[in-house]
Amino acid sequence: MTEGIRFHYDVDGDNFTSAGEASVNVKKKLRQMGFDPDVIRRVSIAMYEGEINMVIHADGGEADVEVLSDKIIITLADKGPGIPDIEQAMQEGFSTAPDNIRSLGFGAGMGLPNMKRYTDSLEIESEVGVGTTVRMTVNV
Amino acid sequence: MTVKELTEALSLEVLTMPEPDREITGGYAGDLLSWVMGRARSGDAWVTIMTNMNVVAVASLADTACVVIAEAAEIDAGIVERAESQGINLLRSADPIFAACSRIAAACGL
Repeated sequence: MTEGIRFHYDVDGDNFTSAGEASVNVKKKLRQMGFDPDVIRRVSIAMYEGEINMVIHADGGEADVEVLSDKIIITLADKGPGIPDIEQAMQEGFSTAPDNIRSLGFGAGMGLPNMKRYTDSLEIESEVGVGTTVRMTVNV
Repeated sequence: MTVKELTEALSLEVLTMPEPDREITGGYAGDLLSWVMGRARSGDAWVTIMTNMNVVAVASLADTACVVIAEAAEIDAGIVERAESQGINLLRSADPIFAACSRIAAACGL
């Protein structure tokens, strides 16, 4: 398989209002590359949820997007507190977000469920005290 | 119905309307941004009272046709500027969410 096109972003953990810049940028690039609007929407929403999670829980992190001919792979890696119980975190409505985040309309326990809903595969590797890596694939 | 036609039909306040000819194909109401992002469909008129900066990103990513701020909620000029630069139609209504939705649904035949 030919080497894909890669994009890398540092996600700033201090600035909640700018969260989503990487996802919006990816959306723009995929549109320029002529991808189907539904694929673009799924990739950008899943990535945005991941970005928001890294800002809320992990003081930011790194986002990598690899665009291949048959799929788009999004990898989000942080050095945050880790997820003690991934199965519980995957449940709609389960949230550990603080009140100030909830007042902004996030923290409803929809982040990971949305990421699963919008992607074809979602893999989570997490170690408490070390960090979390989320790898999502959207088939084209 | 286009976004511009909706603003005229309901006398909505136009905060910014960079894409006036965008077609409205459905509607969604909600303030929990993750919920909206998971459930709103492309082309929806999204009615909310949430007015923080993240509303612009959610509208962009969910690809809604427009955002209608209900209850004439206050919104910072910086957020309106961000919406304009990202091609997000941002409208405002004095109606509460329920009334705004029913009027939009009637006008658009939803």
